[in-house]
Amino acid sequence: MADPMKIRAQMKGDVAEVRILMGHAMETGQRKDAAGKTIPAHFIQSMTVEVGGKKVIDGQIGTSVSRNPVFGFKVKGAKVGDKVVVSWVDNKGDKRTDEAAVA
Amino acid sequence: MKQNFIGALCALAVMGGAFAQTPKKPAAKPAAKTAPAPAAEEKDAATLEFEKFRAEMEESNPAELFEMKGEEQWKTKRGPKNVSLAESCDLGQGVGKVEGAYVKMPRYFADADAVMDAERRIVWCMVEKQGFKFDEIAAKPFANANFTPDITNLVTYVAGHSRNMKIAVPLKDPKVREAYETGKAMAAYRAGPYDFSCNTCHGSDGKRIRMQNLPNLGTAAGAMKGVQGWPGYRMTGGVMLTHQWRMGDCFRQQRFPQPKYASDAIAYLLTYMIGNANGQVYKGPGIKR
Amino acid sequence: MTKKIILAASMAATLMIALPAVADGDYRAKAIAAFNKDFQPRGQASIDRLAEDGLQMICNRTGNKPPEYIAKRMEADQLADVKYPADGKLLGDWQAGEKLAQSGRGFTWSDQPGLPVGGNCYNCHRISPNETSFGTIGPTLYQFGKLRGNAPDIQKYVYSKIYNAKAHNLCSEMPRFGRVGALGEKQIKDLVALLLDPASPVNK
Repeated sequence: MADPMKIRAQMKGDVAEVRILMGHAMETGQRKDAAGKTIPAHFIQSMTVEVGGKKVIDGQIGTSVSRNPVFGFKVKGAKVGDKVVVSWVDNKGDKRTDEAAVA
Repeated sequence: MKQNFIGALCALAVMGGAFAQTPKKPAAKPAAKTAPAPAAEEKDAATLEFEKFRAEMEESNPAELFEMKGEEQWKTKRGPKNVSLAESCDLGQGVGKVEGAYVKMPRYFADADAVMDAERRIVWCMVEKQGFKFDEIAAKPFANANFTPDITNLVTYVAGHSRNMKIAVPLKDPKVREAYETGKAMAAYRAGPYDFSCNTCHGSDGKRIRMQNLPNLGTAAGAMKGVQGWPGYRMTGGVMLTHQWRMGDCFRQQRFPQPKYASDAIAYLLTYMIGNANGQVYKGPGIKR
Repeated sequence: MTKKIILAASMAATLMIALPAVADGDYRAKAIAAFNKDFQPRGQASIDRLAEDGLQMICNRTGNKPPEYIAKRMEADQLADVKYPADGKLLGDWQAGEKLAQSGRGFTWSDQPGLPVGGNCYNCHRISPNETSFGTIGPTLYQFGKLRGNAPDIQKYVYSKIYNAKAHNLCSEMPRFGRVGALGEKQIKDLVALLLDPASPVNK
């Protein structure tokens, strides 16, 4: 099972700063192990972010993103207490959803 | 409401990948015939760029993922004895107390009759309280690309609860003092094919290997540089590594044999180094290139 | 007779008695005991690397500041041990020397034994102006030959310094590359050329 994400969302003026840390191997499929065997690709393919019930990001990501990726962005119009829901799905069908409240 | 979200996608920053391969050395630049050697403090563009990036990453250090995992493992009943560390492990501040424990170690623990650094103490608790086998923990003590040992998560969790606290190794305790003095003597001990000691690289100010600055571990500020950032998330490969790992890697480069995991020897050296950093502020688990 | 005993490097243990008392107390003994108890062999890094040889012991016991009468004698021992090339030619190929100076490989537990060992030079020294990533543990060697020329005695000095830095400064931080078998005759010649050949970028 995938590890939980760490989500932080904080109002700075009228803008919410959201930072998301995901625990994922993000294997590119290009690397080889010590024995010279290719390590199969394993990466997050899509992610969505909802703030206060509204989808603000519906994104596709790929193998150029590092292991344990960090995402940061700003959301206008959010308010304290809004629920931030982040979901991702990887190329093996594994998925994870976590949430936090805007502080 | 709809309008309000127009600005939602202000910036979607994806960090990590490209920077994991920060060039090891700056591009060669032609030097004037009699150009003086650049000062040790001079930073090239790549270094400055990396420092900016690191400052950004410190805000969202992936080390926090390991802290979260460590917290869960600290609080869960585990091991053959089905006991949690939260209900059994005393890091010196009382059973289960993690707040400020990291910056007050190494310290002497009477129940183990040994001076122990944080990692060694947690291992001791896992063995004595939870019933794990020491040899099994010590067989694979450090993280690699595909594996992070529980102990790494636990140390990261404990270290995270000393964020922004002052280092306070109890050097007045005679047992701790003895460990400190022994560690100091170990740091000065030259041997091996290249006659290196710890102090060859870390015994004076303003030295570098290639472009890498070498902290003088005999001074408070220098010692803090050796303490700060451990345990640390290393972006190259995306692995979480501990201070015990770092000590071992130093001895590798010193061309010495390998120090045993969670041993007296490493506890002595850590007592010397962390003790020298007493009074300095520990910023918590770090991030490394 | 006394002189002879002191001169013998293998008799370094005898020297300890002659040494002034140093503040190493019993912590030095405890440190050595900790190394012996808590270190294990790995790869080519065998456990015997923990033992001091005579020179290391003198440097360790005196905080790298041995009394001059001991330093002079032991330096002479180290110098007598330097093996110069049979053909008497000390200047090799500076380009090969530059390549070797760049490499820091060798002798760690993760290095494959038997592979060529690097010179480690740039780790500690500024050498060619074209390499801006250099360490500062040792002095700058930029323009080394330009400032000193490359007469036979300078060549001999540089060769012996690389072969065994301790022949000139008993407790130098620099390894004894030739003596410990890290660098062979050809490698040292190439490094001598890097420092002394007028064609080397070091001397431009």
